[in-house]
Amino acid sequence: MSKKILLTYDHIPGINTLEVYRQHNGYKSLEKALKTMKPDDVVEEVKKSGLRGRGGAGFPTGMKWSFLAKPEGVPRHLVCNADESEPGTFKDRYLMERIPHLLLEGMIVSSYALGASTSYIYVRGEYYYIIKILQNAIKEAYAAGLLGKNILGSGYDLDLYVQPGGGAYICGEETALLESLEGKRGNPRLKPPFPAVAGLWGRPTVVNNVETIAAVVPIVNDGGEAYAKIGIGKSTGTKLISASGHINKPGVYEIELGLPVEEFIYSDAYCGGIRNGKKLKAVVAGGSSVPILPTELILKTAKGEPRLMTYESLSDGGFATGTMLGSGGFIAMDEDTSIVKNLFTFARFYHHESCGQCSPCREGTGWMEKILQKFIDGKATMKDIDLLWDVQSKIEGKTICPLGEAAAWPVAAAIRHFRHEFEEYVRNPQSIHDVKHYYRLNNIQQVIS
Amino acid sequence: MAKVTIDDTTIEVPDGTSILAAARRIDEQHGTNIAPPTMCYYSKLKTSGGYCRTCIVTVEKGSEKDPRPMPKPVPSCRTNVMDGMVVRNTTSPELLEARAGVVEFLLINHPLDCPVCDQAGECHLQDLSYENGKEGTRYEFQRREFDPIDIGNKIKLHMNRCILCYRCVKTCEQITDGRVHGVINRGDHAEISTYIEKAIENDFSGNVIDVCPVGALTDRTFRFKSRVWFTNPVDAHRDCPKCSGKVRLWMKGEDVLRVTARKDRWGEVEEFICNDCRFDKKQVKDWTIEGPSKVSHHSVISQNHYELKKLQIGVYKHMQKLEGKKVDLGEGALNPNNIEK
Repeated sequence: MSKKILLTYDHIPGINTLEVYRQHNGYKSLEKALKTMKPDDVVEEVKKSGLRGRGGAGFPTGMKWSFLAKPEGVPRHLVCNADESEPGTFKDRYLMERIPHLLLEGMIVSSYALGASTSYIYVRGEYYYIIKILQNAIKEAYAAGLLGKNILGSGYDLDLYVQPGGGAYICGEETALLESLEGKRGNPRLKPPFPAVAGLWGRPTVVNNVETIAAVVPIVNDGGEAYAKIGIGKSTGTKLISASGHINKPGVYEIELGLPVEEFIYSDAYCGGIRNGKKLKAVVAGGSSVPILPTELILKTAKGEPRLMTYESLSDGGFATGTMLGSGGFIAMDEDTSIVKNLFTFARFYHHESCGQCSPCREGTGWMEKILQKFIDGKATMKDIDLLWDVQSKIEGKTICPLGEAAAWPVAAAIRHFRHEFEEYVRNPQSIHDVKHYYRLNNIQQVIS
Repeated sequence: MAKVTIDDTTIEVPDGTSILAAARRIDEQHGTNIAPPTMCYYSKLKTSGGYCRTCIVTVEKGSEKDPRPMPKPVPSCRTNVMDGMVVRNTTSPELLEARAGVVEFLLINHPLDCPVCDQAGECHLQDLSYENGKEGTRYEFQRREFDPIDIGNKIKLHMNRCILCYRCVKTCEQITDGRVHGVINRGDHAEISTYIEKAIENDFSGNVIDVCPVGALTDRTFRFKSRVWFTNPVDAHRDCPKCSGKVRLWMKGEDVLRVTARKDRWGEVEEFICNDCRFDKKQVKDWTIEGPSKVSHHSVISQNHYELKKLQIGVYKHMQKLEGKKVDLGEGALNPNNIEK
């Protein structure tokens, strides 16, 4: 199931430069699109490809594009969401750092398809060095006539800007991103209206993830049908997976969708198994906001079939037995890992990143963190487990944007699958201090050790 | 036009009407009590609503064209009706449970210290918690605390009681010049604040007091001069070059203790008033008195005066409650701003 279409040339020295990129099929799809295809043809190819948004939600990209309102005389925009902030997810960083022109090419082709004359790449503030890389690439593209007026003599004009984000997780939510891009506080907007109708500065806007936009390049090059043949069922194409945690070979892997999870974890081509010969305890499959699954459920579905790296297979059984592919932030945890301590780390993150607009998220995320702090301090009671469960249920589905769910789902899944561990910490409070080993997110473990 | 059914009552409303507005219309037409409560929505302020989540409702049928239920509760203030839509509010136990959860969240950082709050008796959160909340809280951690600060010479801000409804922010954005305040910080650290060393001083700044649903923004010329139920609300007007001059005077004997805008049955001002009318005209001779304000007999404000017959009804109900019987106090029972029908 090894298939590379985005990272085919990532190992080539100097692939970040226009010259080397062009030597390796670079900007071929742009030439093809501008010289042989109408904008609607590009949209049609993307629809045929079955490409789904790679930012986490998995919404069909072609369908999203077709929703774009096209009022006469009103400019439209394409915005690339490069505000990659989900804990455990770092695939866009890799792609932009190694092959910035792939993103640029995808941006130009996609902008052409959507009829956008001004497009933006909104980059996470912490990725400052990547902003420099992108700006250099854009400079090269302008100089080569790939951006600006009359691109490749086609009559199509496009200006492309890179905008650093303020370093807030919430700005990865598409409407908060648009607010931030407009120079305002990064608070999510209520939908409707959706960005496709009223987005950036009230104009029709499409917001796509870095990987999604990059995938448009091979789709245009090889055709949507060829892309749709990669993968399984409605999970077409390849997916970048950022693998981390207690595995032998953490890193960014491009997989063909449909790869068995077990193969991904244990094959030497990918994660190379669990570090130090330990047993796998649990996996967060799609970034910290998706439900965690214990080993028995991540390797096989509830029906006993092998779990595959696809949108459908990972979500099989709903949240009772499944999870989500999400952004592809794959975090493996070994048998020594404390689920409760990890959950505390995640809860702390979501509490810190809540924008504070709506009541359940503003107040609930902090409450969950404080309850979990009681477990860490060895002061929790059995009632706290039920309280934690209830609080998360009062947040889920009640908030303006999905950050509420992002905070609630990990809590719900941890209690659902690892309640015994919570109970153990209540019965034997000292035991939580004996846990030495857990997934490390930044340096937060110093705070709670 | 769209036909929408809310809690088993069907009404036809123009396209583009929100579920909340439709529910309010049903209440007005049929005398029901199905309109969802609101804390952040304010019909007089554009783009308000959607933040507090108290007005969430369950849409069990989207429309005739697409009868699928909506997957999550939606804020009724910012969700428009569609033809054939079926909405559950007071008839959905799950929804009421969810709303109780919202109330619990709101009360985490808003103490129900009504006896020492200047807004007591006319606080929307007090009503909300009484009508939609639960006894007690499960929150056991330290609440955030602030010292009250003066934002201008007429307005006091006490963040302890703020629920971040954004109404005052929207007010300043939309009806005043030179906005100097907004929300700083994030999450549960978020707070209303003025820009450094700035005060809210413009001709219409006092309206932030009226729109504040809780006791976070209070009138420094009135604070603690009286409890609201010891005053008589009287409608009055004057010829004002800045605003309509239509106000409500809150009188004690011959003294005008406070001047506010007039509010409708939903607790929203009918017309915003200027600071001259609000803060500087505190003499009866400044005003043409129109007569007593119509206040719901259920309201705490009506407890001291007005028609004896209605007062007795209130007392009777209260006595029933004391005997341990749970009684329905009726529509907006504790909302002092409700106009008697």
